[in-house]
Amino acid sequence: MTEPVIALEHVAKTFRLGEQSVHALDDVSLRVLAGEYLAVMGQSGSGKSTLLNMLGLLDRPERGAYRLDGIETSDLDEERRARLRRERIGFVFQAFHLVPRLSARENIELPMLLEGVAPAQRRHLAEQVMARLGLLERANHLSNQLSGGQRQRVAIARAIVMRPSLLLADEPTGNLDSRSGQEVMQLLEELNADGITLVVVTHDAALGARARRQVRMADGKIVSDNADPNRDAQR
Amino acid sequence: MRSADLLLFSAQTLLRQRLRALMILVAMGLGVAAVVVLTALGEGARGYVMGEFAAIGKDVLVIFPGRKETSGGMPPVSGGSSRDITLEEASLLQRRLAAVRAVAPLVIGSARVAFDERGREVTILGTTALFLQVRHLHLSAGANLPERDFRLAGGEAVIGEKLKKELFGDRPAIGEPIRIGDSRFRVIGILGGRGDAMGMDLSDAAIIPVASAQRLFNVSGLFRVLLQLREGYAAGPTRLRVEQLMKEFHQGELDVTVVSPDAMLATFDSILVAMTLAIGAIGGISLLVAGVLIMNVMLISVSQRTREIGLLKALGASSADIRRVFLTEALLLTGSGIGAGLLAGSMLVWLGRLWLPDVPFQTPPWALLTAVVTALATGLGFSWLPARRASRLQPVAALQQP
Repeated sequence: MTEPVIALEHVAKTFRLGEQSVHALDDVSLRVLAGEYLAVMGQSGSGKSTLLNMLGLLDRPERGAYRLDGIETSDLDEERRARLRRERIGFVFQAFHLVPRLSARENIELPMLLEGVAPAQRRHLAEQVMARLGLLERANHLSNQLSGGQRQRVAIARAIVMRPSLLLADEPTGNLDSRSGQEVMQLLEELNADGITLVVVTHDAALGARARRQVRMADGKIVSDNADPNRDAQR
Repeated sequence: MRSADLLLFSAQTLLRQRLRALMILVAMGLGVAAVVVLTALGEGARGYVMGEFAAIGKDVLVIFPGRKETSGGMPPVSGGSSRDITLEEASLLQRRLAAVRAVAPLVIGSARVAFDERGREVTILGTTALFLQVRHLHLSAGANLPERDFRLAGGEAVIGEKLKKELFGDRPAIGEPIRIGDSRFRVIGILGGRGDAMGMDLSDAAIIPVASAQRLFNVSGLFRVLLQLREGYAAGPTRLRVEQLMKEFHQGELDVTVVSPDAMLATFDSILVAMTLAIGAIGGISLLVAGVLIMNVMLISVSQRTREIGLLKALGASSADIRRVFLTEALLLTGSGIGAGLLAGSMLVWLGRLWLPDVPFQTPPWALLTAVVTALATGLGFSWLPARRASRLQPVAALQQP
């Protein structure tokens, strides 16, 4: 059996709000296998954002363990965690988060820039991804010259250009009209069909329903998970 | 991140925020230029003064009556008036000390100089032929005072150019009789050029044999005695010998002061170097101010770019990467500020040299080095805090900023 992409074991995280401490994550365990399409759903304050940050190595658990692609991450130093983010995780945000002074191509090249990939190689890989996502003629546009849908496609291109094993999308359609939202979701699902593990965090029930597996959260706990119990065996 | 990419990324940021970059550039540039120009001024003043002193010559000792003690303490209650240095003593110094090649005793006063009906009150300098040599003065016409035993009076006079014009106009003056006070003299030479020495304007003065001047002013003492040393004799030991001898002449009391221009030169040099340092430090303060400005602007930049920092972290930038991005930005800003400052400062120094060719304006190398190092240190030092703050931003919170 291959290692799961995500293996959270009894992970806990508390935040202090004045006198009170809030259990953002309360003994959460979760296994996600390679190629799965998962929606994490819940109201705001349910802990789903904290879970996303935990999965994206942007936050550290207080207790428990997190293995990403079989690598135990909770005791890695900041430098190693940054490298794991760079190489194995792609982020797609609700607000796109393109760097406004950079062109679409330069935005897509950013992760490779951080990795230290040579310029020629960077350009080549960026163009490959842009060709696939139909962004080639927008390569030199700044983000304010792009429509919302195009911006999110650039962001997705940036997320997958390093060929990560895990794609984390936080309300990816939240800032888009329904047609652009549809297109973006189709694109993400295509990428998933090609083998990338896709985790979508949303409070939108309709969006969550598109995923094969839904995880619901409330008060920092996973309250329901319709994982197919036989999925390990199927693969 | 590759260094080239880092530089490019930072350069892009700066170009995007031209006004901000320009502000820092100007502040840094002003600071560096201030150090360059101020130290050049100080160094120029030093060079000018040193040059003037060097004109006296290193092989000269100066004796004057009275003891100038700088060690403090009470002045003597009785016998405060010091004994004169006489012409006889000056002559004895020359004969008794092997180190002394020539002596130029000096008597100064003022008297009316007249030719026919025209006359004016001018400075009268009683001395010997050596005086003109020691002071690097030259004659535009005629001859110097005659070389003879300076204890003997004579009727020769060398007059300054301005005095000559006043008395004779355009007529030739050499060989003409003039009256100085009640005595008759004959003009044998005209002093050329500006001819200022020891704060006196010699172009409006007359130089006569020292013994004649003593008679004219009815004095027995000398104002100064200049000693020219033979080659191979050091000023230091000779100074002690002169003091010893003068003490002997004056019944065991040392009541004269002997200085070597070298010693004065060294004192002046250290004073002027200290002055250059002080005004350089004033320039340095403006560098510090520029540093504080950089810190503020960088802090603003960090808070403006919180989202970008969060994004870079999410895309896989470590804290060290973020720190490097901000420090590189600071380095670029500081570096171009230094470049602009050096350029502007050097131009000003160059203009100064054109304007006052006599003053050797020149920024000393140590000042250049200090300016560059201080600017870099303040630029990077003051950016350290903003860079650290940026690197410590929590990516989650940073990304959720509106």
